[in-house]
Amino acid sequence: MLVSILHRATGTAMATGGVLILLWWLLSIASGPESYALFHSWVIGDAGASHPIANALARIVGIGLTWAFFQHLCSGLRHFVLDTGAGYELKTNKFWAVMTLVVSIAATVAIWASLLVRF
Amino acid sequence: MGTGTGIGRVRGLGSARSGAHHWWHQRVTAAANLLLMTWFVVSLLRLPSFDYQVVAQWLASPFVAVPMALLVISVFYHFRLGLQVFIEDYVHDEALKVAALILLNFYMIGGGALALFSILKVAVGGAAAG
Repeated sequence: MLVSILHRATGTAMATGGVLILLWWLLSIASGPESYALFHSWVIGDAGASHPIANALARIVGIGLTWAFFQHLCSGLRHFVLDTGAGYELKTNKFWAVMTLVVSIAATVAIWASLLVRF
Repeated sequence: MGTGTGIGRVRGLGSARSGAHHWWHQRVTAAANLLLMTWFVVSLLRLPSFDYQVVAQWLASPFVAVPMALLVISVFYHFRLGLQVFIEDYVHDEALKVAALILLNFYMIGGGALALFSILKVAVGGAAAG
C-alpha cells in the first residue's frame, strides 16, 4: 500500500522537479560557461559558495530525488515480477515491498557518501 | 479495427480503445530507463569534477551524447505515460482533465525538444569551445 503510493509520488516528483533540474543543467551546458557557472553556483556550489543556503536546499532536493529514483526503480522492478503473476503470497509480497525501501535508502546513502567524500 | 459487430470493435481494445499499448510502452520504456539511467549515474560518478570544461567535453563525446539523447526520449515518454494515468485518476472534471493532459503533452514535447537540442548543440561543437 505505502510502496504503491510511493511509486506514484516518486514518479511525479522526478517528472516535475527532477526533469526541470535536468533541463536547466543541459540548457546551461549548451549555453556556455557563463550559464553553467550560474547553475553551478546555485545548485552545486563549492568552497566560498555565493549561495550557501540555495546550495544546502539543492543538496536536500538532490538527496530526495536520489532516493525517489532508487525507490521508483526498485518498486518498478517489483512491478515487473508482479506482472508475471508471481509474488502475490502475503508474506512474499510484504517482504519485497519492504525490501524496496531498504535498498533505496541504502543506495541513496552509498551514493551521497561517495559524493560528499570526494567533493 | 472492426466497425462491424460489437465484439469486433471491443476485442483486444478495452475501455481506453487503445488496447494494451499504453501498459506495454510503459514497461518497454521502464526497461530502457533502467539501462540508460544506470549508465547515466555511473558515468556522472566517474567524472573527476563538475566543472564546465569537464562536463561539456563529456557531453560532446558521441558515446555520451547518443545515450543521453536516448535517455531523454525514453524518460520523457515514460513520465508522460505515468503522469497521464495520474491525471486520469485524480482529475475528475472533464474539461480540467483535457486541459491538464494537453498541458502535459506540451511540457513533454517542449522540454524534450529543449533537452535534445541542447545535447546536439554541445555534441556538434557549438558550445564545447568555451
